[in-house]
Amino acid sequence: MEIDPFIFRLSIFILSIFIGYYVVWSVTPSLHTPLMSVTNAISSVIIVGAIMAGLAGNSDSAFTISNILGFLAISLAAVNIFGGFLVTQRMLQMYKKKKKDK
Amino acid sequence: MSADLSAIFYLISGVLFILALRGLSSPESSRQGNFFGILGMIIAITVTFLSVGSFSSGLIYVLIFLLIGGLIGAFIAYKIPMTAMPELVAGFHSLVGLSAVLVAVSAFLNPEAFNLGSQGSIKLGSLIEMSIGATVGAITFSGSIIAFLKLQGVMSGSPITFKGQHPLNALILISIIVVTYFLCSTQSSNLFWILLSISFLIGFLLIIPIGGADMPVVISMLNSYSGWAAAGIGFTLENTALIITGALVGSSGAILSYIMCKGMNRSFFNVILGGFGATEQLASSAGKEQRPVKSGNAEDAAFLMKNASSVIIVPGYGMAVAQAQHALREMVDTLKKNDIKVSYAIHPVAGRMPGHMNVLLAEANVPYDEVFELEEINNDFANADVALVIGANDVTNPAAKTDPQSPIYGMPVLDVEKCKSVLFIKRSLSPGYAGIDNDLFYKENTLMLFADAKKMTEDITKNL
Repeated sequence: MEIDPFIFRLSIFILSIFIGYYVVWSVTPSLHTPLMSVTNAISSVIIVGAIMAGLAGNSDSAFTISNILGFLAISLAAVNIFGGFLVTQRMLQMYKKKKKDK
Repeated sequence: MSADLSAIFYLISGVLFILALRGLSSPESSRQGNFFGILGMIIAITVTFLSVGSFSSGLIYVLIFLLIGGLIGAFIAYKIPMTAMPELVAGFHSLVGLSAVLVAVSAFLNPEAFNLGSQGSIKLGSLIEMSIGATVGAITFSGSIIAFLKLQGVMSGSPITFKGQHPLNALILISIIVVTYFLCSTQSSNLFWILLSISFLIGFLLIIPIGGADMPVVISMLNSYSGWAAAGIGFTLENTALIITGALVGSSGAILSYIMCKGMNRSFFNVILGGFGATEQLASSAGKEQRPVKSGNAEDAAFLMKNASSVIIVPGYGMAVAQAQHALREMVDTLKKNDIKVSYAIHPVAGRMPGHMNVLLAEANVPYDEVFELEEINNDFANADVALVIGANDVTNPAAKTDPQSPIYGMPVLDVEKCKSVLFIKRSLSPGYAGIDNDLFYKENTLMLFADAKKMTEDITKNL
C-alpha cells in the first residue's frame, strides 16, 4: 500500500507546529515585538507561490490574469520581506547591555 | 532543477527559519537569528526561480515587481518611528493575507500551471486547501486593515458594537463552511468569489468590536492567521518551506495571543467577542463621587526622587503616545548620577502589542538588563522608595487583587501600592481602558502629576 504524499506534508505541518510551540516559548518577552516582525517577514515566503503564479505556464509574452495576480502578490510579499527583516534588524541593533564603565 | 533537489532546499530554508526564531531567545543571539532568516528567504526565492526553469520574458517582470516591493519595504523599514511599530506590524499582516488570497485566486484560475488539475475539475484536496488558504488570507487582510486603522487613530479605538452582532458573525462563519462545501462539490467559480467576499466581510466584523487596549491580542491573533494562511497555500502548492513556515508563524501568534490573554486574566473568547469597557464606562461615570487626590508638580516629584535610594519606573501606553521614552532616559541618567538605583517594570499587556514597551526603551538606549518583567520585579516594589507610573493605569490597579466585583479582578498587576510613595504621570483623572477607577489615585502616599508625560519628565529632570 502506498501512502498519500498529503500525509507526509501533514506530518511535516504537525511536527512544525510543535517545533514552533517550543521555540517560541523560549523567546524572551522583551523580544516579542521583533518576534512578530520577523515571523511576519518569514511568512512572506509565500512569495514562492507568487513567483510560481507569475511565471506559470506561458512561454509567449501574453500574460493571463493569473500571471498578473502573481506579479501583484510578488510586490506585496516583497514589501513584507524587505520591510520585515530590515525593521527587525533595526530593532535588534537597539538592544544593548549596560556598559560597565558608566 | 529537479523537484527532489528543490524540495531539499525548501527544507533547508524551513530549518533556517526555525533557527531565526530560536535566535530570539536572547538579545545576543537575535541578530544572528535574523541573518539566518534572511538566508532562508534568499535560498527559497532562488530555488523557486531555478525550478520554474523557463526563463521567459515573465522573469523580467517578476524581478521588476520584486524590486518595487522591496524598495517600498526597505524605505518603510528605515523611516518608521519605533512608536508606530504596532501599526506597521498590523499593516504588514494585511499584506501577507492579501498575497495569500492573490496566490489562491491565481491557482484557482490557472490550476494547470500548478499541477492541480484543470479549471472546473480541480483536485478535491487541492480545492479544499486552496479555499482554506484564501479564506484565512482574506480574514487576515480585512482584519489587519481594521486593526491598522484603529492603531493609526484613523478609526476610533473604542469598540463598535451593534445589536445582533454575535448572531450575524456566527451566521457568516457557518455560511463560509456551507459555501466551501458547495464549492468543492460543484467547482463553481461564482461560489469561490462569494467565499472570498464573505471572508473579507467576517474579518472586518470580527475586529470592529475590539477596543484599543485589546490590540495586543488582536495583533497576535492576526499574526497567527497569516501563518495559517501561508500553510494553507503551502499545502495547495505542495511546498514544504511554506508549510513549515506557516506552522511556525501560526503557533507563534497563537502563543503570543495566549500570553496576552493571560496578562489580562481574560479568556481568548472574551477578548474576541469584544465590547470590553464599553458598558462599564457608563456605569462608573454615573455613580462617581468626588474623592480628594494629592496633585503635585515637577518640583515635588524631583524632591521625592532625589531623596530616594531606589526607583521603579512603570511605563504604559501613555509613554508611547507622548513619545516620552527619550526624556525618561535622560531623567534616569540624572538619577543614576546621584547614585539612585533605577529599574523598569513591564506589564505583559502594557502598550499596544507584545513587547511594545521593551522596544521603545531599547530605542531610548535603556540597557535591556535594567528592564524587568512582571514576575521578576513584583517583589521589589515593597523595598523601593518611589514608583513612577508613566502613562499606565489599569495594570497597577490594586482592585484586581482585592475587589471580586471589578471587571479586571484576577488580572496580574504590578504591586505599585507597596512602594513608599507613588508618582503618577497622567493627563487627567479619567479611568483607564477598563473604565474603572483606580484606588491608587486617592492613596495617602500617591502624588498625581497631571501633565503630558514627555513635558513632565523633562521638567522633573530640570529640577533634579
